[in-house]
Amino acid sequence: MAYTSVRAGAEAIAAAERLIQSPGLENGEALLELRQVRNQFRAAVDQIMGEGGLYAPDLAALALRQAEGDMAEAAFMLRAYRSTLPRLGYAHPVRGDEMEVVRRISSAFRDIPGGQLLGRTRDYTQRLLDLDRQTANAFVAPERSENGHAPAPNGAGSWSGYAKKVSDTMRAMGLIPPLVDQTAEPDDITRHSMRFPVRRPAWLQGLARGETGALVCLAYSALRGYGGGDHGTIADLRVGDLPLRVTHPFTNQPLTIGTYRVTECEMTGREKPPATAAGNGHHQPAMYGLSYGLVFGQNERKAISMSVLDSALMAGAGGGEENPAPANDQEMVLSNTDGIESFGFVEHLKLPHFVTFGSGLQVTEQLNLAAATPANGHGPGPAEDVDDEFR
Amino acid sequence: MSAPGHTLPAAAVETAALPGYNYAFLDELSKKAIRRATLKAVAIPGYQVPFGSRELPIARGWGTGGLQLTLSLIGPGDVVKVIDQGADDSVNAVNIRRLIERTAPDVTTTTETAAATIIQSRHRIPELKLRADQIMIYQVPLPEPLRVIERREAETRRMHGEADYSRMWVALYEDIVRNGRITRAAGYPVLVHHRHIMSPSPVPRWDLPPLHMAENLSLYGAGREKRIYAIPPFTDVAPLAFDDYPFAVEAFPGRRCALCGSETTFLVPTPDEHGQSYDVCSDTDWCAANRQQKASEA
Amino acid sequence: MTALASPARSHHAAPAAETVAPGVVLAVRDMTKLYGPGCPECLRQTGPAVNRTTCPVCGTVVACAEITFDLKAGATLGIVGESGSGKTTVLRCLYGDTGPTTGVATLLTLGQPGRDLFTLDPQDRRRVRNFDIGMVYQTPRQGLRFSISAGGNVAERLLAAEWRQIKRIRDRAAELLDRMEVPLSRMDDMPANFSGGMQQRVQIAKALANEPVILLLDEMTSGLDVSVQAGVLDLVQEIQHESNIAVIVVSHDLGVIRLLSDTAMVMKNGCIVERGVTDQILEDPRHPYTQLLVSSVNS
Repeated sequence: MAYTSVRAGAEAIAAAERLIQSPGLENGEALLELRQVRNQFRAAVDQIMGEGGLYAPDLAALALRQAEGDMAEAAFMLRAYRSTLPRLGYAHPVRGDEMEVVRRISSAFRDIPGGQLLGRTRDYTQRLLDLDRQTANAFVAPERSENGHAPAPNGAGSWSGYAKKVSDTMRAMGLIPPLVDQTAEPDDITRHSMRFPVRRPAWLQGLARGETGALVCLAYSALRGYGGGDHGTIADLRVGDLPLRVTHPFTNQPLTIGTYRVTECEMTGREKPPATAAGNGHHQPAMYGLSYGLVFGQNERKAISMSVLDSALMAGAGGGEENPAPANDQEMVLSNTDGIESFGFVEHLKLPHFVTFGSGLQVTEQLNLAAATPANGHGPGPAEDVDDEFR
Repeated sequence: MSAPGHTLPAAAVETAALPGYNYAFLDELSKKAIRRATLKAVAIPGYQVPFGSRELPIARGWGTGGLQLTLSLIGPGDVVKVIDQGADDSVNAVNIRRLIERTAPDVTTTTETAAATIIQSRHRIPELKLRADQIMIYQVPLPEPLRVIERREAETRRMHGEADYSRMWVALYEDIVRNGRITRAAGYPVLVHHRHIMSPSPVPRWDLPPLHMAENLSLYGAGREKRIYAIPPFTDVAPLAFDDYPFAVEAFPGRRCALCGSETTFLVPTPDEHGQSYDVCSDTDWCAANRQQKASEA
Repeated sequence: MTALASPARSHHAAPAAETVAPGVVLAVRDMTKLYGPGCPECLRQTGPAVNRTTCPVCGTVVACAEITFDLKAGATLGIVGESGSGKTTVLRCLYGDTGPTTGVATLLTLGQPGRDLFTLDPQDRRRVRNFDIGMVYQTPRQGLRFSISAGGNVAERLLAAEWRQIKRIRDRAAELLDRMEVPLSRMDDMPANFSGGMQQRVQIAKALANEPVILLLDEMTSGLDVSVQAGVLDLVQEIQHESNIAVIVVSHDLGVIRLLSDTAMVMKNGCIVERGVTDQILEDPRHPYTQLLVSSVNS
């Protein structure tokens, strides 16, 4: 009967599952090894870890292979797996300048303490398809310096891998306010759902897990004038490895148990003078603000977008924007940029809705019926038009 | 589809407990956190309790809220029924049931409403009256009934806090002025325990009268929106309506189920290949039982 | 407003507050509103004597400072002053659009003696706003919802008071709109399509829907043409004569204050600099600022 086509049931699911278990491989073709996926789809693996909210390169590679390159699906698999893991402890906070950097640039100054390090980037390459490498050849590693690091920047001696933050330099120059020690426990959006308005730690967490394309879209809208004002300047964009430190359960001493690669972006821009100080003849020193982005792996596009949105959200939270744009609106930004949520809900439209649709059809039928009978076609008129018996 | 009264046969795909995964998928601390939120929801009928919604291997928007409730509540001896649009054999219901079977092997599943201890549903309530020992769990896409008139959560929270619902009522007033009736269809808002306006999830209006003073506990889970709410047993549930424009359920005058002949159930129209349409019960378990009873009487 | 049907008022327990003088419906004491962190110097370093509202020590804006007055049933109190003097802040604190930083207010209809309007829980505060106090804002967009009909705007107040019969609601809304000279044929139209004067009349109808004991008028006629102003002011005068409603009228226009109010307060830099019988203040102003105000109009 026709209606069963909507509800195919267990057999259809089983068949679908059999189909996805044999991806479009030709007979005898081997699956890519996870090492190959991890190394050759590095950017995808990094993006999946960021959006999945779990630093696990091997699992991210597994997810990418299993999802046949579908990034949203892969990030979702990682996020779902994350739910099954008990929370055993908390890492110690780290500072960005503890990072062993592999790439680091600043667009605010020509030269910076520690030097600019272009590192591994496609930025200044020509995006030409490598047509003569369509058949795979074994990779031959070029010569590297002895310590495995990239060549030192500016032709200077050796590159330590560590660099002072440009923001610290700007602070020393009196351009941005001094750091305030944050003693308050940060929010944890994975344990307590966001209730708007949220504080900055919550929105930074939300953005860090956000879908790359969604963040780029909203950040771009801010740069184009929808809530961004002047676009900021990158004080420090760095990619590198941070130490994962925990307290040793027996010795109670801090212990580094591994490293993880991140992209960190600090964006600076001129601050508007605070509203309360306006017009009181009080001249407060003009200051630059600092906004922040931090994402797993190398994903510079997302880290920059995150810092742009952080700035837009700070402007929105301060109430300083006369006509708040989407990028200034916490609910707009945070409720609509989680890729796992947005792709799930968009695709849920594929689910059967025939009960709700049928209920709506009923109302439509009644309205059409009423419209066909002019006397009943309108709402109750003003008082004098209605019969006394209804009074 | 299996006959009512029978537990489902093992699904065709893998059914062994999933290696590397906890009982009922979620880790125990997460389940505890969800149960705490659920207790709070029961204590404040109709109030949306925020909770740290976990990701599940079912996509967001596909029942993760209801499923988190189910997974945090089930244990050995529970009998679970899962329906979607009233049907046990709807693909999404089957998939959710399979996840429960794979991660909680000592929980049995059923299609029979009367046999179930926990019923997870999307968009319907079974036609059979539920008992005090049964828990009804709803999958909720949009928990905020005021979202249609106010999109900012900070503002809707204030409105709930102050019971400031006049904007919701005036939206219904305007509907009547424009259309001569309230045109809300599924997901019709209700006032729970004379205090909170609540979305009953997108169930048809047909399903609202059974909520009033129901013997069973009703739990609502919105996974993507991270809210849990509840209607405890024997709670006053009133659809928003006016004295002179009373609430009315869907009516099916002259229509009957093409399969079982029922005239007293919620019917869904189904087009055939000739541009006509016929109606069938949306509750497949009820429909099958009705057919079986008629067959045995014949 | 005796001509209009009275809605149910279930929450009113009736007995008058002991702390309030007879006939007083609202007693406000030491109401101060600060925007900013505040410091011990704020009130000393601001006000008319130093001609500023921003505290030079901490940058806090003192929107209004230690406002104290009684409002009697059936009386109209005028508040006059230039923009930024704090008069609108006083109304916004009373209506509940914002809360004062310090101060107390006793509202006769709250019933219990000593029960402070400003520290009510949000649900009770909402009820006061729905039942006891009506507000007409300077611009119609503040007081009306432009996405719903004129009748719907009035109905919203009735619905807040738990009216649940469409027929009765529409009768009452029609009665109020008719009283405010809004044509009934426009009842189901959107206020965006109305003239400014008609929008303000819909606002008044909405504010009066639940027969409040106090009506707050904030620069109600400032945005209107002079000819339209007169019609709206006539209506307000008629309401005053028909009912026992207490009115606070805020305006920078001395003519409006003279026409509507029995007593008046002059505000400058967040403070009351002069108060008394309206005619007396306008004929014989004592404070230099009031003298300046009056002379600038008369010259």
